Amino acid sequence: MDCVATGGNVKVLAKAIHSLSRIGEELYLEPTEDGLTLRAVNSSRSAFACFLMSPLFFQRYQAPPDHAFRCKMPIKSVQTVFRSLSSLERSVEKCRIEMNTEKCRLRITLHCKHGLLKTHNLSFQDCENLQAVFDKDNCPNVLRAQPRLWVDTVLHFPPSLEEVSVSVSSDRVWLRNHVEDDADSSKAMMTELCLSSEEFDHFAIGTQTTITFCLKELRGLLVFAETAGLPVSMYFDEPGSPVVLNVTDSVLEANFVLATLSEEAHQRNHNNNKADGPQTELPPDDFMCDDIDSYLIAMETSDLAGPSYEPPPQTSSTNRKSRLISEEEDEEVEEDSEERPPNKKFCSLFFGSVLPASPQPSNQTIQSQEVLASDSEDERPSE
Amino acid sequence: MKFRAKINDVGCLNHFTRVVNTITKLTKTCVVRLTVDNIFFILSGKVANGGVSMWCELLQVNFFDEYQLEGVSEDANEICLEVNPENLSRALKTAQNAKSVKIKLTKKHCPCLTLAAELPSLSSISRIVTHDIPVDVIPRRLWHDFKEPSMPDFDVSIYLPPLKTMKSVVDRMKNLSNYLVVEANLSGEMNLKIETDLVSVTTHFKDLGNPPWGASQSQSQSRDVEAMAHARVDIRKLQQFLMGQQVNPTKSMCNIVDKRIIHLILLQEDVSLQYFIPAVV
Repeated sequence: MDCVATGGNVKVLAKAIHSLSRIGEELYLEPTEDGLTLRAVNSSRSAFACFLMSPLFFQRYQAPPDHAFRCKMPIKSVQTVFRSLSSLERSVEKCRIEMNTEKCRLRITLHCKHGLLKTHNLSFQDCENLQAVFDKDNCPNVLRAQPRLWVDTVLHFPPSLEEVSVSVSSDRVWLRNHVEDDADSSKAMMTELCLSSEEFDHFAIGTQTTITFCLKELRGLLVFAETAGLPVSMYFDEPGSPVVLNVTDSVLEANFVLATLSEEAHQRNHNNNKADGPQTELPPDDFMCDDIDSYLIAMETSDLAGPSYEPPPQTSSTNRKSRLISEEEDEEVEEDSEERPPNKKFCSLFFGSVLPASPQPSNQTIQSQEVLASDSEDERPSE
Repeated sequence: MKFRAKINDVGCLNHFTRVVNTITKLTKTCVVRLTVDNIFFILSGKVANGGVSMWCELLQVNFFDEYQLEGVSEDANEICLEVNPENLSRALKTAQNAKSVKIKLTKKHCPCLTLAAELPSLSSISRIVTHDIPVDVIPRRLWHDFKEPSMPDFDVSIYLPPLKTMKSVVDRMKNLSNYLVVEANLSGEMNLKIETDLVSVTTHFKDLGNPPWGASQSQSQSRDVEAMAHARVDIRKLQQFLMGQQVNPTKSMCNIVDKRIIHLILLQEDVSLQYFIPAVV
């Protein structure tokens, strides 16, 4: 492999690396004829991110001849190469990424002004294919907006917030913070943002629904999309099936696939009036019908309808978790049944039916590699 | 009980935000007392918060374009709420360029102050963001804690030097000691002192001036103008007070009751903030 990126594309590449670093600890790199793919997955396997830089993204692009080369390396070491974006912008003229297979090193050379060359030799490991299973084109719901809108939206939520719920109706989108059952919800500030469909470049809602997913990865993608100035599309279906965040341009594509809370868990959390297309019945926002009396809620009367968050009822979280695990067992057919993914509430739905892209080298690998197993330090039965 | 208020003006919104931010720096939790004319932010001196107390008073009419209040009853036309000011400050922060901000008392999953901001958007329909800030409604029988603290019968009252200057002095002293002695006399001199086994540091301020309090303060009338009154206080409490200052006070002063308390007062047209730090031995 030998590829050279120049000018602004070096920064785009750097931003892609930074985005991926928010997902996982390792960067999976695979040069193919379609371009260079950069991937990452989080430790609980509930989030997957993939960038594909097409050959045209590069000034020069040569895929390796044997077609089956892939490797992974700690993302921190790659981040070090691209650490300072401002100095990249100021001084780096081009960036060359080449593979030295003899020495097993990935060499990244930054060609800076005044003929300065910075060469980084990174060690890497061979790895299995990493690909999430998703089908964004069949998602009934698509929202596309300029990165600014997403950034402004996310800004309203505190940095400490982990999960956000998105509800859609035929002409509105609501975002609200998701609070866990066990958290003391009575003390948490609830935030809700309502956006009109008009603010979106593309707004297609097939099923009115509410999904809950992690905010961290969305923030990660926004870092990239904002610099690149590219619109972000969100494809999603029912709660429990993954949400896909996509950024596409003529020379690159990025897909972030995130698990959403399964319906059962979800309904428990938003049990009243939120889960299944109830948005049609939601009263219009109170700014729309500016009836003063509607604000003046006597403290004693509690039967107030409003678009805002209602309290999650106390539920047993163990129930929910055990259900998620059984679901995983169904889905992750190839996984050794004794290897459980970590007991987290977002299950890893994506890696179930992955087969290596090239059938020939790696049925062997796929049995022994860790990719289908969890990265957790959980006890695994000794083999 | 009903409360609803609305701010349309960006200047007022920023001003209100700065006041709330100041309160946030001073305390994790405080009492908001709403009356027909005023909003108060109150921290009453409890042992748990180091005996520090705070009294901040706003004239509602200078902040809000609409303001409706119905208290718990006709003879007690006010509402007392316990609030985490940080939530309020965070909510206001996301409303910075809002066209309007409404604050109302609501009953959601628990009593809440709901702050709804109408934000500019890319389309003809505004973005609406609402924050439900959980509050505790304080029953009337506990209200007696939230009376305006009476002015202590101080020994010396003095205008403070610029708070930024004071802050940079106190910040450095904090590295050396946990306690700081504030002393001042009636001829416009104030000293900030720390004393440890290893080092003594004093910063002297002069020509600060002494506020005229009239004849009511008898104790200071008969006092020797050169004699220092002093109080030893927890340096962090003083630092908190100086750190949080986002209101630009037209007047700032300090009253010292010898060996007992310092009483800091910031005055602005429509806001006043009083902060009491007890002396330690």
